Amino acid sequence: MGFFQQTGALSLLSARSLPQRLGASCVILVGIAGVVGVLVSILAMVTGLLQIANRSAHADRAVVMSSGTDSETLSNLSRDAVRSIADARGVRRDANNRPLASAEVLVLVHLPLRAGGSGNLTLRGVSANAFALRPELHVVAGRMFNPMLRELIVGRTAQRQFRDLQVGRRLLVRGAEWTVVGVFDGPGDQHESEMMTGVEVLQSTFQRNAFQSVTVQLDSAASFGEFRASLAGNPSLAIEVLRESDYYLHQSRAFARLLTVVAYLVGSIMAIGAIFGALNTMYAAVSARSVEIATLRVLGFEPGPIVTSVFAEALGLAALGGGLGGALAWLLFSGHAISTNGGGFTQLSVPVVVNAGLVGIGILWACVIGMVGASLPALRAIRAPLAAALKAT
Amino acid sequence: MKFIPLIWAGLWRKRTRTILTLLSIVLAFILFGVLQGVATWLNGFGAGSHTNRLYVVSRISEIQPLPSGYLSHITRVPGVRQAAQVAALVGSYQQPANTVVVLATDPRAMFALYPDWRVAPQQLQALTQTRTGVIVGARLARLYGWRVGDVIPIRTSVLKNDGTTDWSFQVVGVYDSPDQPLEEDRMIANYEYIDEARHFERGTVFAFVVGIDDPSSATRICAAIDARFANSADETLTQDEKEYVQGQIRQLGDVGSLVNAIVGAVFFTLLFLTGNTMTQSVRERIPELAVLKAIGFADGSVTLLVLTEAALLCSAAALIGLLTAAAIFPATAALGIAGTTMPARVYAFGLLIAVGLALISGLPPAWRAHRLQVVEALAAR
Repeated sequence: MGFFQQTGALSLLSARSLPQRLGASCVILVGIAGVVGVLVSILAMVTGLLQIANRSAHADRAVVMSSGTDSETLSNLSRDAVRSIADARGVRRDANNRPLASAEVLVLVHLPLRAGGSGNLTLRGVSANAFALRPELHVVAGRMFNPMLRELIVGRTAQRQFRDLQVGRRLLVRGAEWTVVGVFDGPGDQHESEMMTGVEVLQSTFQRNAFQSVTVQLDSAASFGEFRASLAGNPSLAIEVLRESDYYLHQSRAFARLLTVVAYLVGSIMAIGAIFGALNTMYAAVSARSVEIATLRVLGFEPGPIVTSVFAEALGLAALGGGLGGALAWLLFSGHAISTNGGGFTQLSVPVVVNAGLVGIGILWACVIGMVGASLPALRAIRAPLAAALKAT
Repeated sequence: MKFIPLIWAGLWRKRTRTILTLLSIVLAFILFGVLQGVATWLNGFGAGSHTNRLYVVSRISEIQPLPSGYLSHITRVPGVRQAAQVAALVGSYQQPANTVVVLATDPRAMFALYPDWRVAPQQLQALTQTRTGVIVGARLARLYGWRVGDVIPIRTSVLKNDGTTDWSFQVVGVYDSPDQPLEEDRMIANYEYIDEARHFERGTVFAFVVGIDDPSSATRICAAIDARFANSADETLTQDEKEYVQGQIRQLGDVGSLVNAIVGAVFFTLLFLTGNTMTQSVRERIPELAVLKAIGFADGSVTLLVLTEAALLCSAAALIGLLTAAAIFPATAALGIAGTTMPARVYAFGLLIAVGLALISGLPPAWRAHRLQVVEALAAR
């Protein structure tokens, strides 16, 4: 018999005897499912975080803030600066030849969360052109706010996260009553975790003259350089110009990195634990079959196929466990959202996104655990002296 | 006591298996120790905080500015000993990643409110006399090599009246805080200098720190301060130090439930491993256990032997794991997510879990040993 025939026959043999070693095999299965489940769940949060950033970001838009900061919360731009930015070269203009730019003011409002406790929700004051600039945002219930009145619209995610934000509700902010007149949704971006209102009303309520950021629609993604150069030539401006895509990725990068480190750190420690478990199981499997394996060797089966069949058993179990872990993570968490600090001081609702790529990583991780767990027992299987192994009965 | 050698022999019957099981439990407890340590540390953060310090921020949100004129009203509230206004200038030194926070305040009041921050009296005197002066935390001074007399440029996003956003400060002193080393990363500057030089938000502060004489009246004073500004445009939210700090931590999101979920998954996985090992070990030893019973061991004693074995394995592994976790815990402080020592209650909680683990994984095989019929077990041989 050739190598492959022998391996095939042996693998079939061990697969058939698997039910007799069910308890021990479950250890590999459950152990690895646990490791992969945890790994995939945490990585799924990272995926969700980056998904928000990606969906918020468009390469053909730019965000301008005052220099020295990378967050809108800390930025301050004067009215003159805002005018220069909107009139810069490279900014697309609408049918009435007005620049597609929105000068914005951010106010954080402390509100009760549905889950209990309270958190900060961003109230973003936007210019008239803001929704022409962001066509991906649509009002899905109620109506658009009137920019002259204390009216606001609420992002769908924010509405799910915070209490008392239904259309028609009134909020008391800085001694003034604001009415929720509509709900908007988008592609699952950061703005869905915000409220929006007219920028002038917000400025007058909070007695602010300054703006915090300007978002502009560029002629095309390639116009960014021209836009930035045009602003750099203006010595009266102390500003930071970023592509929208860079801005949002930068915002979530630190947190995404921390979570990834945690995922792989916890995943590795658990994996080592699972390798010990797998070693135990495979040693038990090999020792339970020691007579059988010795008999096979006497019958002329080569060590190669025997080792391979032990590996095949461990790999099969591991891959199954990995798939199980991925499926568990998907069943338990996919579609859920985790409330966390979205950089700065605001609450962000991060969706947990389990996708095929993550499950793939999980299964790969599982196979490595299985391989390492099978290696030593496989060696023992073929190293045992034949006579002693046969006598063990 | 006389059975110890017997239990010991039972444990080491299959050396490889016992070591592997031990190691996997050790790893689980290392994970448990570190994760639970971080969670406990975060929950207890601010527990050592001063109950005689209150923080007044805007009720709208903690970054909404308040008028600096509130200071005189706050100091007149009965029970208030002293108060200081605080505005924050967030910027960076040399590189964007080197974030520094300059607190614009009344330095004398500030150092009186934080007696843990130690500074030489003449340096504090120098700060009150040097308009652009700053007293820096010892950690910052070490990190950036700042010495008294240095002029340090800080890049910010805060526009000055002269149209630039670069600020400069002259180092006039260094403070340290041996009990709270994490607090050594601030810069204390004069409020008047920063407020008069900035273009926006002039006359506003970010918070007031309030010192009170009697911590037991904190609740009453908080309510009195908030009542003073009720129905004004800028309503306040006054909290004691612990509440305030806890509020900041809570914003990190639900760290606790995330940790619990991971630890839960780890222990569930582990339970399966140990439970299986114990069952296997008892199954292999059925004839031996039968012999023990045949020579006169009571059912209870045999059960106890098996259970003790499980308990010994679990608690030894737990102890090794927790000690290892305690040894590597200071690394979390380096990452800036937790303290330098693992909280003591993590040990207690861990050992409790070890006992539970031993019971759950040890009981089924112990029960099996209990019900063992000597005749059948020996006959099966």
